[in-house]
Amino acid sequence: MGIKLLLEKAHVEGIRYFDTYRREGGYRAVEKALKEMDPASIVEEVKKSGLRGRGGAGFPAGMKWSFIAKPEGVPRHLVCNADESEPGTFKDRYLMEFLPHLLIEGLIISSFALGSNDTYIYIRGEYAWIVDILEQAIEEAITNGFLGKNILGTGFDCNIYVHRGAGAYICGEETALIESLEGKRGNPRIKPPFPAIQGVWQRPTVVNNVETLAAVVPIINMSGEEYAKIGVGRSTGTKLISACGNINKPGVYEIDMTISVEEFIYSDEYCGGIANGKRLKACIPGGSSVPILPANLILKTAKGEPRLMNYEGLSDGGFATGSMLGSGGFIVLDEDQCIVKNTFTLARFYRHESCGQCSPCREGTGWMEKILKNIETGKGKLSDIDLLWDIQRKIEGNTICPLGDAAAWPVAAAIRHFRDEFEWHVLNPAESQKRNYGLAHYADPIHVPA
Amino acid sequence: MSEQPLFKVTIDHITIEVPAGTTILNAARKIGGEVAPPAMCYYSKLEGSGGKCRTCLVEVSKGSEKDPRPMPKLVASCRTTVMDGMEVKNITSDKVIDARNGVVEFLLINHPLDCPICDQAGECHLQDLSYEHGKAGTRYEFQRRTFKKHDLGDKIQLHMTRCILCYRCVFTADQLTNKREHGILDRGDHAEIATFIEKNLDNDFIGNVIDVCPVGALTDKTFRFKNRVWFLKPMDAHRDCPTCSGKVTLWNRGEEVFRVTARKDEWGEVEEWICNTCRFDTKKTSDWTIEGPRLIDRHSVISQGHYAGSVGTNKPTETFQAVHGGRLPKLLMDIHTVSDVNRPDITLSMLERPAHATDFKPNQD
Repeated sequence: MGIKLLLEKAHVEGIRYFDTYRREGGYRAVEKALKEMDPASIVEEVKKSGLRGRGGAGFPAGMKWSFIAKPEGVPRHLVCNADESEPGTFKDRYLMEFLPHLLIEGLIISSFALGSNDTYIYIRGEYAWIVDILEQAIEEAITNGFLGKNILGTGFDCNIYVHRGAGAYICGEETALIESLEGKRGNPRIKPPFPAIQGVWQRPTVVNNVETLAAVVPIINMSGEEYAKIGVGRSTGTKLISACGNINKPGVYEIDMTISVEEFIYSDEYCGGIANGKRLKACIPGGSSVPILPANLILKTAKGEPRLMNYEGLSDGGFATGSMLGSGGFIVLDEDQCIVKNTFTLARFYRHESCGQCSPCREGTGWMEKILKNIETGKGKLSDIDLLWDIQRKIEGNTICPLGDAAAWPVAAAIRHFRDEFEWHVLNPAESQKRNYGLAHYADPIHVPA
Repeated sequence: MSEQPLFKVTIDHITIEVPAGTTILNAARKIGGEVAPPAMCYYSKLEGSGGKCRTCLVEVSKGSEKDPRPMPKLVASCRTTVMDGMEVKNITSDKVIDARNGVVEFLLINHPLDCPICDQAGECHLQDLSYEHGKAGTRYEFQRRTFKKHDLGDKIQLHMTRCILCYRCVFTADQLTNKREHGILDRGDHAEIATFIEKNLDNDFIGNVIDVCPVGALTDKTFRFKNRVWFLKPMDAHRDCPTCSGKVTLWNRGEEVFRVTARKDEWGEVEEWICNTCRFDTKKTSDWTIEGPRLIDRHSVISQGHYAGSVGTNKPTETFQAVHGGRLPKLLMDIHTVSDVNRPDITLSMLERPAHATDFKPNQD
C-alpha cells in the first residue's frame, strides 16, 4: 500500500464539509503556516520539498514562487488553474469534488506565502457542480475565520473567488487563462514578460495547478524535507494519476512515484490489469498531448530496465523511446484499439481547440486532422505519412504556446512507433474499415543494445 | 536619446549597436536588406501587434555576453528584445529558412490564391513572401476554407477567405477609434474577423484598416476592380485637411486619381494615418497639391514599366494560343468559385480532363 497524502481522507463520510474536515485534522497547516512561519520560510519549505508542478510541465513550484516580482504598492495574485480539460485527465475534478477544503487550505497557505490578498480559482466551465461545492467550502471557511479579513488574528487578509471558464481548452495555458480571467478573448500572451512579472491586470501573478496547491498542505504539515524523502530523485512526493481506457479499474489513484508502470497497470491495488483478458497494446501515460508508447516501451525502457511511474522514468529515452508524465492522465489501449483512429481523434480535438492566433497551429492542426481522416477512412496515400511527419515537425516549437507542441507530439509518436499500422491502413483500405491491425509485434520483447 | 545603454547585437554576422529594449526585428531593419526578417503581423505603429504569424522567426545562437547559451527554440524576432552581445542568425540559419518555408506553406494552404483578380496583387506582402519562400506546388489536397464577403460600411469590404488573421486591423480599430466593434469571432481555423454583429464601421479613421491589411482581405470599395496597382503612378500629395495631416499618396493614371492611400515606408508601414474623407471622397486632382512621384522600391512590380507610357494601355500582340502552339490555357484551380466574378455552371470535379477556359460561361457583365 503506497503512501497517501492527498487522498488519505477522501472517503471519510462528510469530508466535503468544514466540520468533518476540521475534525479529521484539517486547517492545521494553515494555523502552523500563518502563526509560526513567515512567507519566505514557506517558500523555502516548498523549495526543499522538491514539489514539481502537477499541471503537466513539471516545473519546480518553489522556484516558480521565488520568481514572483515584488514591486512596492502593487498587489500580487495567486491563480489556481482548475481548467482541467486535457483528454484523459480528471484528477483535479476528483480532488475538488471530494476534498474542496484541502484545496482551500492549500490556497490560503500559498496566498500567504506569495502575498496575494485576492486569489482566484479559474475553473473549467463544464465543472458547474464543483463551482457550487467550492463556493460552499469558501463560505464555510469565511464563517470559521480561515478566510476574509484578519485570518486567525494574524492580520493577513485573503479572499478566494471562483471564476468559471467558458469551455476553451486553451484557457488552461497560463497566459490564456490570465487573459480569460481579465474578461478578454482567451489567446495566449507572448512571453516574455512572464506572469511572475506581469500577470493578471499587469500585476505579478503565480498560476499553479490544483494538485500542486493541494500538495502544499502535506508539505507544511510534515516539513519539506520529509516530503522530499518520498519518491525517487527529483520526483518527490505523491502524484495523482487518473487512469482510464481498457483497464479493469479506471479511476484516480495516488502513487508515490516509486512504483513501476507494470505494477501500476497490472496490480490489483491500481488499474487491475487490462479489461476482458486482452493484452496491452499501447499507453498514453500523461494526458492526450504526450507521446504514445507501445507496450514494450511503456513497460521497459530502451535499456531493458523496468519503467518507473515518475517524471524521469517516463521521459527516459527522450521522445525517441520515452514519453512524459504530463498531467497524469493515464490512457491504456488494448489490442483491439486502432492507433490511426486514436491519433485522428486527438488531432480533431487539437484542431478544434487551437485558438487561431499563430499560423502554424491554426493551419497545421486542421491539415493534420484532414490527412488523418483520409487515412482512417481508407482514402490515404503512403506519401501522406511522410507529409504528416513534415507538418508536425514544422508546428512543433514554432508556436506561441505549447498547444502547437501538444498537437504535434501525439502525431509524431504515433508515426514513430506505429508506422507499420499507418502503412497497413493505407495499403489495405477495404480491410482496414472492417478490422483493426491488432497487436502485431508491439508487445514483443525489445531489443536491448549491448 | 542616448541616455539608454547601447547594446551590441550581431545579426547574420553584421554587428550593429542599438538602444536597449529594441526588438531583434527592428535592429535587423536598421541593417536593412535581406537581413530584416519578413513580418506579416508585426506593425511598429500598433501597440501589441506581432508574434502571431511566425514568419519572423530567427535563431538566437548566443543569448548575450553574460549568458552565452543559445535559445532552445526559434524566437519571434518582432517580440524579442536584444541583449548585449546577442548573436542572431536569420538567413544564415537553415533551421530558420526551413521553419519560415513551413509557415509560408501554412499561410497559403487556406489562402485562395486568387491574385489574378485580387486588388492587393502587386502590393501584397503574402505574395512577396510566397515568391521568396513558397513552393511552386501545394501539398494541400483539401477544400480550402471560404467565407462570404461582408461589407463593413459602404466603403470597406471584408473578404475573410483571403485573411491570414494577423490581427493588425483589430489593433488599428482598437487604437485609432474609441469604440471597440471590430474583433475576432470563433477559434482556430474557423476564426474570423468580424464586427459585432455585421455592424458598419463608421469612424473617421477606420479606412486605415485597408492600409494595414497585409493581404487583400480588406479592400477599398471605391477602388475595387477599377485598376491594377502596377498601372497606376503613385504621387505624394497633400491638402489642408481639418481631421488628419492630409499627407497622402495619390495613385494616378493619366489625370485621373484612382485611389488615395496613406504614405507607406520601405517596410510597407503607414507613415501617418489619414482620414476617410481624404481616402474615399477626395478624388479630384484639383483637390490636391502634388509634391512629386512617390519612391517605390525598384524591384516592386509597381515601378515596372513606368517609363514606357503604353504599358497597360495597349493590348499584347501575341495571344496565349499563338505562343503555346494553339493550346488553350489550363486552369489549375477554380478561382471563379471563390471570386464570384465568373461563376461556372459546372462542377470542376465532374470533368474527366483538366478544365479549360471554354468550360466556363463567358462573363455576363
